[in-house]
Amino acid sequence: MKANVLPRLAMGLLALSVAATAVAGDAIAQTEKQSLNLHAIGMFFVFVLMTLGITYWAASRTKSTADFYTAGGGITGWQNGLAIAGDYMSAATLLGLTAMMYTQGVDAYIYMIAFFVGWPIILFLMAERLRNLGKFTFADITAYRLDQGKVRTMAAVSSLTVVCFYLVAQMVGAGQLIKLLFGLDYVVALFVVGALMMVYVTFGGMVATTWVQIIKACMLLIGGTAVMLLAFSQFGFSFDELTTRAMEVHKLGDKLLAPGSLLADPVTAISLGLGLMFGTAGLPHILMRFFTVTDAKEARKSVLYASGIVAYFFNVIALMGLCAILIVGTNPQFFEGGEIGGKVIGGGNMIAMHLANAVGGNLLLGFLSAVAFATILAVVAGLALAGASAISHDIYSRVIMKGKASETTELKVSKFATIGLGIVAVLLGIAFEKMNIAFMVALAFGVAASANFPVLILSMYWKGLTTRGALWGGYSGLVSAVMFVVLSKSVWVDVLHNAEAIFPYTQPALFSMPIAFLLAIIVSKLDTSAAAKKEIEAFEDQYVRAQTGVGAATAAAH
Amino acid sequence: MSSSMYAHIRRNPRFAELVEKRTKFATILSIVVLVLFYGFVLLVAFAPGLIGMRLSEGSNMTFGIAAGLFQFVFFWVLTLVYVRRANGEFDDINNEIVRAAWKDEK
Repeated sequence: MKANVLPRLAMGLLALSVAATAVAGDAIAQTEKQSLNLHAIGMFFVFVLMTLGITYWAASRTKSTADFYTAGGGITGWQNGLAIAGDYMSAATLLGLTAMMYTQGVDAYIYMIAFFVGWPIILFLMAERLRNLGKFTFADITAYRLDQGKVRTMAAVSSLTVVCFYLVAQMVGAGQLIKLLFGLDYVVALFVVGALMMVYVTFGGMVATTWVQIIKACMLLIGGTAVMLLAFSQFGFSFDELTTRAMEVHKLGDKLLAPGSLLADPVTAISLGLGLMFGTAGLPHILMRFFTVTDAKEARKSVLYASGIVAYFFNVIALMGLCAILIVGTNPQFFEGGEIGGKVIGGGNMIAMHLANAVGGNLLLGFLSAVAFATILAVVAGLALAGASAISHDIYSRVIMKGKASETTELKVSKFATIGLGIVAVLLGIAFEKMNIAFMVALAFGVAASANFPVLILSMYWKGLTTRGALWGGYSGLVSAVMFVVLSKSVWVDVLHNAEAIFPYTQPALFSMPIAFLLAIIVSKLDTSAAAKKEIEAFEDQYVRAQTGVGAATAAAH
Repeated sequence: MSSSMYAHIRRNPRFAELVEKRTKFATILSIVVLVLFYGFVLLVAFAPGLIGMRLSEGSNMTFGIAAGLFQFVFFWVLTLVYVRRANGEFDDINNEIVRAAWKDEK
């Protein structure tokens, strides 16, 4: 049945996209960017056709829940490394960080280091234990020896919170970007993203999601590298020449290469560092990737490759941003009304796109636009899959059905959950269209670092953790992270338009993480129930499995 | 997996050796990363002058940028070092322990 539905759906989607292109044609007539849109749309079509082809192939290989959640555990280290890097390098990374480097100089480079440095820590402290203990979701690990119902519910709630915040950030960004690059209407753009994501995930599960991510990661690396090389060649590949001239024209002048406002006070700097580092280690769609590989060996390798790619790409982005200061920043063509130093056409996020246009013309701009769209799609698909697994595997199969659900129904529930999440994502995207959503990513990382990470790491390392402690730790981390962000300037003032922020810092992690850890530890220590005693005893076996992989979920035979 | 299998593994002195070696190695590497990175963040916060200092006359390479680039490269090399040892030496010991436990089980 699946095989029949898919081509029809693909056809329908194609028709929808064609209709959308027609709409775009009207919109293009009113703006000046005609040729660029055709290149971008053409290349994007190639990408969509290719990924639908993969989804078609993947659908025939997605029969069991293991296939759906983790591609049967048969992904290699290399493939998973690329996919993790792809999950991590969202459109916000490419566009946002290039723009940040362009406006704030070396501050952005420091920010990127914080973004990167979580990876070695994940490898040293978590990768092999994650693989050895987990099966489909990270709640498999936190609930390993604790109360299944309560702990899984908590993990699923915080997973879904992270996924929703992250989805909103991606969807709003997607809508605005696509509107600008392709001339599509904002709402139409959201529907295209939502529909494609549902097709990838419901039919192709993790197999399709992984391959979409791999293709996109390669496209992103090629596109970014090409733009960087072309741009940097204009300065003879000389860092000194580039920076000397950049400092001459940039409004920061000499301060371009000195730390500035971004990390002005130590509390914000450290809180940001903590949030980015441990938030990475608590993102459900990233953690899920560790269950797709055959064993701990491959899990370690995937971090090695992923961190290498991320480190490389961040440096490419840094150079792109610096080159853009001269190539984009001094060219009136890219400013509204041709006024240099005024408003950049399309807003600050378009720096990377303008740079591609300046150094490679419409062809490169089209390619990079297609890459940006592909990036959004792939990340949204990964997020939806992580959210769907929290609903179907954790809540439905383990909490509601207490492990007695049949595989077929669980699979069905996960597909409905994906469709539900897709609809929610589109609706949230529409609701938040006009809002400043910059805080959403901070919130997602803050919650991941405060609600997911503490309980996860304690459950793997500390035998004293009990159900009660885990619940207090997880929920307090979740609530405090959200509260701190809501009361901070980015929501309280910028979104709710109050005069003054109640919480003085924009980054919650430095405060919410200790709250989560302390409550988890104190409540566990005070827990003298019989259940707690059993849970502590069960740590010994869990520990042996975590260390050796004996009893770990194995790759499904194909 | 049966608890007796885990008990076999736990009794094997090689298991304690593996855990100790690997934990020590991972802890040292983590501490190196954390100290260097948070040390760097503290420098950014408390000694921005040093971060913006040029390493040599006539060059724009500042201490901050060089330290940043160094972290990207060095931390990645540390992941390489860890993966090599964990996938080689540690996994060999691990396989030996698991094989011995299977034999005991039978």
